[in-house]
Amino acid sequence: MDNVTTAGHAPVGAHAHGTHAHADHHEQSFVTKWIFSQDHKVIGIQYTITALLFLLFGFGLMALMRYQLAFPMQPIPVIGSLLGAANAPGGIMLPEFYNQLGAMHGTIMVFLGVVPLAVGGFGNYVMPLMIGAPDMAFPKLNMASYWVYFVGGVVMLASFFIPGGAAQSGWTSYPPLSVITATEGQTWWLVGMVFLITSSLLGSMNFIVTIVQLRAKGLGWFRLPFFVWAQFVTSFLLLLAFPPLEAAGVLQLMDKVAGTSFFLPSGLVVGNRALEVSGGGNALLWQHLFWFLAHPEVYVLILPAMGIVAEIIANNTRKPLWGYRVLIYAIIFLGFMSFIVWAHHMFMTGMGTAMAAFFQTTTMIISIPSVVILTALVISLWGGSIRFNTPMLFALGFLPMFGIGGLTGLPLGLNVADIPLHDTYYVIAHFHYVVAPGTIFALFAGVYYWFPKATGRKMNETLGKIHFAGSFVCMNVIFMPMFLLGLAGVSRRLFDAGAAYDFAQPTLHWNVVSSWGAWILAIFQIPFIFNFFWSIWKGEKVGDNPWEATTIEWAAPSPPPHGNFTVAPEAYRGPYEYSVPGAAKDFSPQYEAS
Amino acid sequence: MTSDHAAMTSDHAVDIDKHVRVYITVFVALMILTIVTVAISRLHLSVPIAVTVALLVAIIKGSLVACYFMHLISEKKLIYAVLTLTAFFFAALLALPVFTHSNGYWIE
Amino acid sequence: MEIPYTVELRRDTGLNNGKIGIWLFLASEVMLFGALFASYILIRTGAPSWPRGDTILDVPLATFNTIVLIGSSVTMVMAWASLMRRRFGTYRIYMGATILLGFVFLVVKYFEYTHKFHDGLFPSSNNFLAIYFTLTGLHMLHVFGGMVVNAYFWGPGAKLWKTNPAWFTNRVEHSGLFWHFVDLVWIFLFPTLYLL
Repeated sequence: MDNVTTAGHAPVGAHAHGTHAHADHHEQSFVTKWIFSQDHKVIGIQYTITALLFLLFGFGLMALMRYQLAFPMQPIPVIGSLLGAANAPGGIMLPEFYNQLGAMHGTIMVFLGVVPLAVGGFGNYVMPLMIGAPDMAFPKLNMASYWVYFVGGVVMLASFFIPGGAAQSGWTSYPPLSVITATEGQTWWLVGMVFLITSSLLGSMNFIVTIVQLRAKGLGWFRLPFFVWAQFVTSFLLLLAFPPLEAAGVLQLMDKVAGTSFFLPSGLVVGNRALEVSGGGNALLWQHLFWFLAHPEVYVLILPAMGIVAEIIANNTRKPLWGYRVLIYAIIFLGFMSFIVWAHHMFMTGMGTAMAAFFQTTTMIISIPSVVILTALVISLWGGSIRFNTPMLFALGFLPMFGIGGLTGLPLGLNVADIPLHDTYYVIAHFHYVVAPGTIFALFAGVYYWFPKATGRKMNETLGKIHFAGSFVCMNVIFMPMFLLGLAGVSRRLFDAGAAYDFAQPTLHWNVVSSWGAWILAIFQIPFIFNFFWSIWKGEKVGDNPWEATTIEWAAPSPPPHGNFTVAPEAYRGPYEYSVPGAAKDFSPQYEAS
Repeated sequence: MTSDHAAMTSDHAVDIDKHVRVYITVFVALMILTIVTVAISRLHLSVPIAVTVALLVAIIKGSLVACYFMHLISEKKLIYAVLTLTAFFFAALLALPVFTHSNGYWIE
Repeated sequence: MEIPYTVELRRDTGLNNGKIGIWLFLASEVMLFGALFASYILIRTGAPSWPRGDTILDVPLATFNTIVLIGSSVTMVMAWASLMRRRFGTYRIYMGATILLGFVFLVVKYFEYTHKFHDGLFPSSNNFLAIYFTLTGLHMLHVFGGMVVNAYFWGPGAKLWKTNPAWFTNRVEHSGLFWHFVDLVWIFLFPTLYLL
């Protein structure tokens, strides 16, 4: 099963390669091969399955919340009685439990779902194949990064079951609330985050070194697929932006566990009693450190998605991407700018006009490369021979959804326009549009697209199209009304969706619409889940390059063996040589000599 | 099995002797600068001046460690590029929060 | 299956994988300690008053510790230089000295901390102490981590010298870079906390 042919495989710099079991010498044990694997493909699959499960779980948390939002204070059918009296006595969700669901929905979706799938899953599996490498530069580190992620995930999940439940101060964990809340869930969140951040750091180092050092012969920087560039920039964001949140996490842990006051100002009164702490802390310090990470984090959420969409569009229009160089310069500029816009999340904290103007300006500037990238992808469709297969449908769906998400971000990035919109449902609608029918659609596209490479079989097209159509409609049904709610002034994180407020009354019925959208969206994921597992054994068998694509991962067998390529590939041309005039076929792969 | 160890790094055994002399020199300089910084602190200068002087001395010491012990003075462009990028974001992280919220408004 | 450029240098970058890897890691550490220094700045500038370091902390002891750590940096780079000169025995001595000096540093800090606790001074007492304990505590964890890695290369990991001396030398160099960085952080921590 795992035999590696060594024809043409000349050892480069012969030496004993650590303690890694060589597949060409002896069979690996089940544990070494599938549990503690150092093969990037196995690790990529581990990340993918784990992340998909977390996405499903995070979605489940929201499905539960949406009942409370649609029918506040009504007992939740069936599930209500299973939640326990501590969370939902009589099946009616307590506000504390709603807050737990909210904080953990955000945390799980962002840190346990989307990023591990986009970077840990797709980055790990596809990137080394795309650059013609035998594996990542540091296979042991790769394995470590998965298992540290796994532990972080366990800690986060376990926090639901401790007395007092999980963290309940938003995924943003603002102090003083996060510190003074008497339960331990926040402490578990902080510990979990330390694991997740560590996993990210290990992964990002690996990605950067791999892309810099292990590119195949002939694969210069401007012959790299855009997907690889996207992963490259993303890795720098993770490497340099996460540590401040790790530092902040340590400081908040100290506040919670060691009684310090890094984030607690003097004179705080909680429950009619003065808080017995030394005081003198600064709650805004947390916000600065948190958003220093969390803003680049949103680009971590979108950049791999743009990379995936770019590959699929080029492949299914049978023509090169429009503006390949422009895309690369734009993504580099975007990555750089992402580090100096963060306080646009803090416009309402009393900052002076000079700093507000600074962050507003950098934020407006950063929208430019975003638009450039989206425009280049749209223009790439012009004159294409478009194939409307499932990956392409999701990629096409991504474009207007990301457009809506991106454009609706603009008023939030403008200091004054943000005043009525900050912390309302408008914000929720904005970021869900970018992440949900944005990034997640791109991730679905990627699953359908690279599934044949990983398994040697295609997923079913009909089920895929049903998955797409239903998801596309439902996403809009859920999130479009939230713009209205936000513009009407309904705050986010209200456990009754504003039912207690007069001004919110005209908007309440929209919550029923959104909730039904969410529940029907859940039903439309069933064809996907079924399709995913059924196709592993029963999907249509395909060869190495079923999509007739040009990038190097399609040169490897489907699925690739340990070591990936029977002969080390070489790049002879750019990544998107489709429909080259005079060529025999409508695609000229990077890895084919003539 | 590599037989030619000259290939492993850019230094040869001859250069190492020169490097070792540099290491000892830097060590002595670091000792002196440590004494200097402690001595100056005894003068109890005003906070802004004390901070500036202490920072300057620390930067000199740090640069010596970085340039000579860590061989940064003869490193490759890629490493310089990564560190320059890092330095820029480090500066932003140090400066922007205090510019944004330093007027003591939020603090008792 | 071998990973290329683990030892030999890639032509266009002039580097091996480990060298880039460790510098990337150090870049992330710069951001980690940078965030803590940024926290120090924000908290201190917002405080109505702030004690001068020498009124609370033991400067002579910390000065000694500074000399110890800088000394360990020298022994670390000499350990690597010994390997470059193919003197494994000398390497062992210098690396052992590095680990020992690191251990001295930790012992001194142990006494510093317990002395504070004995005097009723805890992180929760005030923000000066909070940031002191947190910054030096995190630094201490890095010292400890570095010592563990160094101990591995002094002990069980040194087997690699026999089978792949070039790779072993590089790994010691990379581990040395981490150790120098820990020293570098202390060079800034010491005046910030103790002298200002």
